[in-house]
Amino acid sequence: MISVYHYMTVAAILFTIGTYGVLTRRNAIVIFMSIELMLNSVNLTFIAMSRHLNNMDGQIFVFFVMTVAAAEAAVGLGLMIAFYRNRESIDVEDINLLKW
Amino acid sequence: MYDYLWLIPIMPLIGCIINGLLGKKFIKNEKVIGVIATGAVFMSFLLSVKYFFQLLGDPVKTHEQVVMSWISVGNLQIDWGFLFDPLSALMLLVVTGVGSLIHLYSIGYMHGDPGYYRFFSYMNLFVFAMLMLVTGNNALVMFIGWEGVGLCSYLLIGFYIDKKSAGDAAKKAFVVNRIGDFGFLLGLFLVFWTLGSEHGVWTLNFVELAEHGHLLGFGGTAVTIATLCFFLGATGKSAQIPLYTWLPDAMEGPTPVSALIHAATMVTAGVYMIGRMNVLFAMSPTTMMTVAIIGALTAIFAASIGFAQNDIKRVLAYSTVSQLGYMFIAMGVGAFTAGIFHLMTHAFFKACLFLCSGSVIHAMHHALHHAHLDDDAQDMRNMGGLRKKMPITFITFAISCVAIAGVPGLSAFFSKDEILWWAFGSTRGSWYVWAIGAIAAGMTAFYMFRCLYMTFFGKQKTNAKAKDHIHESPLSMTIPLMVLGFLALVGGYIGIPAVLGGANHIHHFLEPVFGHAQEAYHIGIKETLHHSHALEYGLMAVSIGVGFFGILVATFMYMMNPDLPGKFTKAFPKFHRAVFNKWYVDEIYDALVVNPTKSFGTFCWKGFDVKVIDGIVNGLAKLIGLISAGLRHTQTGLFHNYALAMVFGMVVMVAIFVLR
Repeated sequence: MISVYHYMTVAAILFTIGTYGVLTRRNAIVIFMSIELMLNSVNLTFIAMSRHLNNMDGQIFVFFVMTVAAAEAAVGLGLMIAFYRNRESIDVEDINLLKW
Repeated sequence: MYDYLWLIPIMPLIGCIINGLLGKKFIKNEKVIGVIATGAVFMSFLLSVKYFFQLLGDPVKTHEQVVMSWISVGNLQIDWGFLFDPLSALMLLVVTGVGSLIHLYSIGYMHGDPGYYRFFSYMNLFVFAMLMLVTGNNALVMFIGWEGVGLCSYLLIGFYIDKKSAGDAAKKAFVVNRIGDFGFLLGLFLVFWTLGSEHGVWTLNFVELAEHGHLLGFGGTAVTIATLCFFLGATGKSAQIPLYTWLPDAMEGPTPVSALIHAATMVTAGVYMIGRMNVLFAMSPTTMMTVAIIGALTAIFAASIGFAQNDIKRVLAYSTVSQLGYMFIAMGVGAFTAGIFHLMTHAFFKACLFLCSGSVIHAMHHALHHAHLDDDAQDMRNMGGLRKKMPITFITFAISCVAIAGVPGLSAFFSKDEILWWAFGSTRGSWYVWAIGAIAAGMTAFYMFRCLYMTFFGKQKTNAKAKDHIHESPLSMTIPLMVLGFLALVGGYIGIPAVLGGANHIHHFLEPVFGHAQEAYHIGIKETLHHSHALEYGLMAVSIGVGFFGILVATFMYMMNPDLPGKFTKAFPKFHRAVFNKWYVDEIYDALVVNPTKSFGTFCWKGFDVKVIDGIVNGLAKLIGLISAGLRHTQTGLFHNYALAMVFGMVVMVAIFVLR
């Protein structure tokens, strides 16, 4: 029997992988993908808990998260394209003009 | 009935604005500027005359006119209002009358000056402020005028802006006046607060003050301190000991300014103020005694300095200080009427004397300029024998000289004698005040005739090249001289005392203002002396005798034996030097007050302000800078560092949430 604990464990593993990706990768697109992974791990948690608690609120939240993630991805990719036009790169190490 | 009272002060203000704003760029023409300024003051004069005669026939003697409300906070109700009673009516006549004559004179005197429009603008502003001072119906409006005349005095003393000495004198006058003004304000606050908090009468209105002043209690501490504060204000404005030092220096201004501001009007503001608040002063015998003694000391002290001055205007300046001392004697012994009377006659003869000296300086200056000499045009040692060259100036100067010396029949005789009689016989007077006053009268006669002889008689000592270029001044200058000379001659006849068979009109005219306080607090000629005409004649004879003695000594020393003064100087060199240097009062003040204040100021600037205040401010900025210099290293600009910090923060928050 697959219990809610299994779902939680998978979500935690996915979230950790996503966090690790965000922290270690230098390519902005990959970082984006890692963030999506983190968001989806959270979505998984929502769905699992919704099912476990017999409450639909979690599922509604997931719709919102997906919508926001899509919008955020659009904005983020737009930023990336604008940045690429200026610096010929999407390496986050190159985004450092505001440092002291 | 007195609907247009407010127009009297506004007229000169309009003149001031027109000349001040348009004079330089648009009007330019000297004649037009002069006529506008003189006309403005003259219209005020005409209106004052009209209302004066209206008041003479009016059974009600006190009229208030409120133009609008000014301050209205809680218990405090202050209006822009005017008060028209015999005292302010008389002051209006003197200020606007003498004022318009001096404006007329200035048209000729200031001819060709690059600051012509500026001069007339300031003069009109001064007349405006002075009229506010004498017509204000409450102490705050009076204070506006009080400060306004101080400002104009400052502007006009420093009129010759390219002369450093003029600027210094202006600053000195302003600062010394500030000390007095401070006292005036303190007195005002004290009266307002005491009357309000203890007796529920919150007012600065003069009529109400006179009505409710008695609540303060005869001889009470509050009223004594308040009136002493007021008197401090008067010593500043009216150049009495200890704050008189600014007036002689104020002679740096143009001569008409000296005549108008520093002889006839502004410096008498202190006397007027005491007259206006006579109820409060009458309630404090201590203050009255202080006023009388300070007045007497000033009268004799300033007269003694007048002995050795060679600058014609400085002699007159010290004479003014001395005569103001007389007015304060009068105020101090309760002879308010006599004080105001002397104020009026003094305005006539002293304005005349100053304008004459201006006429002489004008002529001397032109002659010396013509001959390309730079001798001092104001030094009497360069003059002499001018009576043939400048007959009108000479005659008017001589009349005023005789008047100020107290020769019977001329204006100052009546006023001065009235003061001396009260000084001796008043319930608030005493014989020593009379004695000092009488001696000072003799000294006055001496130095004024010394001045007359040195300037107009004897050999002409002007440099030979300039000699023949000395001419009488133009008509616009001599007409005011003649009018003022005439007034100096006859001005006293409105106050002939009863003992000489006169009606003493001025006394009856001012009765409604002063009579109440004099009656309530038993101020008057002592009962025992009431009918002793012999004594009054005797005192009169003494003061006349002292005056003639002064004249004789001056004649002997400066007419018959012109070498005598020189010998005298050689015989007592130290004494002469002390008098010549004004008893070193300026030096003493410098050492005791001015320099310590200056070094304190320097300390505040270099020690406190630069080191402490700036130190704190700059130190704080530096501290923040240091901290941020360390902190900004955290702003690496690397995405990963920020992301790591964020994750770390989230972990910490979750940990706190979970483990709590």
